[in-house]
Amino acid sequence: MAREQSITLTVNGREYTRTVTVRTSLADFLRDHLHLTGTHTGCEHGVCGACTVSLNGRSARSCLTLAVQADGGDVVTIEGLRDDEGEWSPVQKAFFENFAVQCGFCTPGFLITAIELLRGNPDPSEEEIREYLSGNICRCSGYQAIIKAVQAAAAAARGQE
Amino acid sequence: MKAPWFDYQAPTSLADALAVLGQAEGDGRVLAGGQSLMPMLNMRIADPAVLVDINRIPGLDGIEETDASLSVGALVRHADILNSDAVRARWPLLHEATTYVAHPAIRNRGTVCGSVSHNDPAAEHPSILATYDGTVVIASAEGRREVPAGEFSQGMLTTALEPGEMVVGVRYARPPEGTGSAFVEFARRLGDFAIAGAAALLTVRDGVCERARLTIVGMGEGPLRATAAEDALTGTKLEPGAAPGLFADVAHEVKATLDPAEDVHASSGFRRHLAGVMVQRALTAALMRTRETR
Repeated sequence: MAREQSITLTVNGREYTRTVTVRTSLADFLRDHLHLTGTHTGCEHGVCGACTVSLNGRSARSCLTLAVQADGGDVVTIEGLRDDEGEWSPVQKAFFENFAVQCGFCTPGFLITAIELLRGNPDPSEEEIREYLSGNICRCSGYQAIIKAVQAAAAAARGQE
Repeated sequence: MKAPWFDYQAPTSLADALAVLGQAEGDGRVLAGGQSLMPMLNMRIADPAVLVDINRIPGLDGIEETDASLSVGALVRHADILNSDAVRARWPLLHEATTYVAHPAIRNRGTVCGSVSHNDPAAEHPSILATYDGTVVIASAEGRREVPAGEFSQGMLTTALEPGEMVVGVRYARPPEGTGSAFVEFARRLGDFAIAGAAALLTVRDGVCERARLTIVGMGEGPLRATAAEDALTGTKLEPGAAPGLFADVAHEVKATLDPAEDVHASSGFRRHLAGVMVQRALTAALMRTRETR
């Protein structure tokens, strides 16, 4: 049985075909093979949330997913959040405006998770935001600003800036 | 923190998956959601020769309800359980317990059957299956067999699965009319593994407890059905004023049977104390909900 495999997947709207060892995580594939280093590896066992990406429309820990499992799949990373004109997504803007970024290590995972939350629940309560983001750890202790940013993004999307 | 070498197979039929597992002679592991297995690989706690990825097999992602039971296939994710109206409406204990499972990104991939197969003593799903008098459906290249939840768990991270076998589904038995349920859990942070938890199903008719199911989570050995407490509760009058004292006595009796191990999260005594508190809270909430269902 081969320990290498050719995979084809879409990342941020672009199709890639690469040969990877089967044990390569999706996180390492994105970083080392595609040089998309915005996806960060923190704990590498699913606890910290820094590596969270969108896989086939659902948030996933890229450190707990093998690259070969994403074969044929559709991945969105932090690099794919800008629109066609290169503008930040509304949630990114809200993070910037509400000082929800300090060192930035956790931010990509928070953004992917927050965007998934707002897609399913455009008007979340503070408690719902806290619960949804509970799987993402920020060590600069910036949770308050992050929650404010998500509330601001939700309000902006509802036209209540 | 990188996974060791292994061979990877992603069969597109159950028969192929079972054939590969059979050929692996006990050194193959099923990869479903991977939310427990991948950390174990990354930490080099697990080192299987072959990973059998079942995610490309059709037909394993069904949630099916009959008059008697609820069947959950091997690829049903925690998020699918939370999104199921049928589970929310008619299997409230399963729904409530799943709200305690990890975090959204983990719930999007992790599976119920994976949790049951892994049998972490602090995990919710093995205990919920046991509380519902559930059954584990097992397949191998030789055929199928079914094992009651109580016999499937054989201690921490240990199950009745034999080499070459995999869990293809679990089945929960529908409780009688007039059953109230509750799941409670204590963890340091939202989504963490439970330090202690309890699941209860109480069936009450005309103020008398006809049937009780009580399971303790997090005591170190996998799901722990408190059968003596269940027997003690059955036949008792569960009137609003009398119940708190009765439930305190039950909690006291349950605690006396527990001897949890100490770890970095909690001492043995603290864990035992919490188990008593969880038992009382679960029974109290379940009793309240028997009234709501009427």
